[in-house]
Amino acid sequence: MIEFAQVSKSFDGQRAVDALDLVIPQGELAVLIGTSGSGKSTTLKMINRLVEYDSGTLRFAGEDVRRFRPETLRRRMGYAIQSIGLFPHWTVEQNIATVPQLLNWPKPRIRDRVTELLTLLHLEPEQYRRRFPHQLSGGQQQRVGVARALAADPDVLLMDEPFGALDPVTRAALQDELRRIHALSGKTIVLVTHDIDEALGLAQRIVLLERGRIVQQGSPLELLTRPASDAVRDFIGRSDIGIKLLALERVAARARPGEAATGDPIAAGATLREALSAFVTRGVERLPVIDAQGRPVGTLHFADLLPPAP
Amino acid sequence: MSRRPQGWPKTLRRWACTPLSCSLAALLALTLGMPALRPLFAALFPELDRPIYQQDSFAALVLAHVSLVAASSAVAIVAGSVLGLAVCRPAGRAFRPLLESLLAMSQSFPPVAVLAVAAPLIGFGEAPALIALVLYGVLPIAQGTLAGLDAVPAATREVAQGLGFAPWQALWRVELPLAAPVILAGVRTSVVINIGTATIASTVGAKTLGSPIIVGLSGFNTAYVIQGAVLVALLAICCDQLFERLQRRLSAWQPTEGAAAETAPPPSAGH
Repeated sequence: MIEFAQVSKSFDGQRAVDALDLVIPQGELAVLIGTSGSGKSTTLKMINRLVEYDSGTLRFAGEDVRRFRPETLRRRMGYAIQSIGLFPHWTVEQNIATVPQLLNWPKPRIRDRVTELLTLLHLEPEQYRRRFPHQLSGGQQQRVGVARALAADPDVLLMDEPFGALDPVTRAALQDELRRIHALSGKTIVLVTHDIDEALGLAQRIVLLERGRIVQQGSPLELLTRPASDAVRDFIGRSDIGIKLLALERVAARARPGEAATGDPIAAGATLREALSAFVTRGVERLPVIDAQGRPVGTLHFADLLPPAP
Repeated sequence: MSRRPQGWPKTLRRWACTPLSCSLAALLALTLGMPALRPLFAALFPELDRPIYQQDSFAALVLAHVSLVAASSAVAIVAGSVLGLAVCRPAGRAFRPLLESLLAMSQSFPPVAVLAVAAPLIGFGEAPALIALVLYGVLPIAQGTLAGLDAVPAATREVAQGLGFAPWQALWRVELPLAAPVILAGVRTSVVINIGTATIASTVGAKTLGSPIIVGLSGFNTAYVIQGAVLVALLAICCDQLFERLQRRLSAWQPTEGAAAETAPPPSAGH
């Protein structure tokens, strides 16, 4: 879907992106991560030509992005940023309808689409559509920002630290939301963040950038188990790599089915990290596991947290 | 309230007792009814033979004053906002410092001096007055335009561009509406000052509400001065109140304490 081939970009003689090669296939949720100045935002903005690259080629859907008019290209890509940037003089409905309106969709279709998106993002349509941004909480504003990015059913969703300004609870809720939307829509999503936990939790592929170059790319599991260098190991947090590994897997994968145990149960959908926390805080070695409907499905032993022997 | 006749249209009732309608009523009454105040001015200034200005009707003076202000403000609004817009675009950005110093200079000339220079060159009458008033009125408008566009958050601009607005669409549909309250504040300042400044146009022969003031000053007729000055002041107040209304309408989307308490959800997370 998106292919970078030897793409470079300099600002005032400083290389921001250095001969980048990167392929993001259709339907993938790719996370660009790195410290500030690593070139991750620049890389993202080159995709919709908010930043023009100096050399190399960047293809979208098989075509050089420079062959599109910038406006046409951007209307095919949803765009959401950290400070949200809702238009303060427009209602929620008008904000979400931005791109459909630019594309001259008929009014009833726009209206239906707004209703659909508000519902998708758990905002009661009739209650929220006529509100102005200043009448919403930060989390609600960001939901509207995501809805606006999705409005014209774009091929690609570009997100620049979309949840950076939110409190941890709201942020976790919106991350869940994004995972769900990605699973539902199968859209290609490119997300920039500097938060490794966000990357590990969301990404199918993590692209770790440093000084405009890719240091390592791969699935969260690959990054945690086979970090390419000490720098990568430092970035993902040397001391708690084990904990982060546990966060990638669900209780259901390790539970012993059929076995019964007593005590407070843990949900099969919880991560092993949550299970570890439960073991420690409750001081037990066995946890009963229940499914989403609350039925017991087995038992998780403390020893099950260890990776199975190869 | 409930004793009022049922048939009263709601809008009429709402209009009847606003500050704007009161000042407009006062302006109208004084414009048409000034001669009726003859006994008052005669009592205040017993030494004067003619205590009411009669060379022109006050209605004609108000009309002439308003049209001079309207014409010069219209030109100033177009020129000021176009100049302000132009130097905020990528193509014109280099000229911004130049424009700003030119505007500051134009403001530092007293309008009387502009009249004194312009009148011998292009003759007496309304033309030199128009030039002076336009020069004087452009500054607040151009400055308001610059300040208004500067105040549009960078993130909003970036998102507008990122969502696929063409540059003129972003300007017209996002930047200008967001800047409008500030631009309008500049226009309001400019027009209100203009109403006062227009009085000196009478020194070069234009007919305005300044005529009774100038005649009164040169003939030691304080009554004339008061009559002219009160009407000018009322005109300025009406105009100011009109702009206040307009401004409130243009910034309806902005958080106001009353509106926020009415419609906002309970204490919200984030912002």
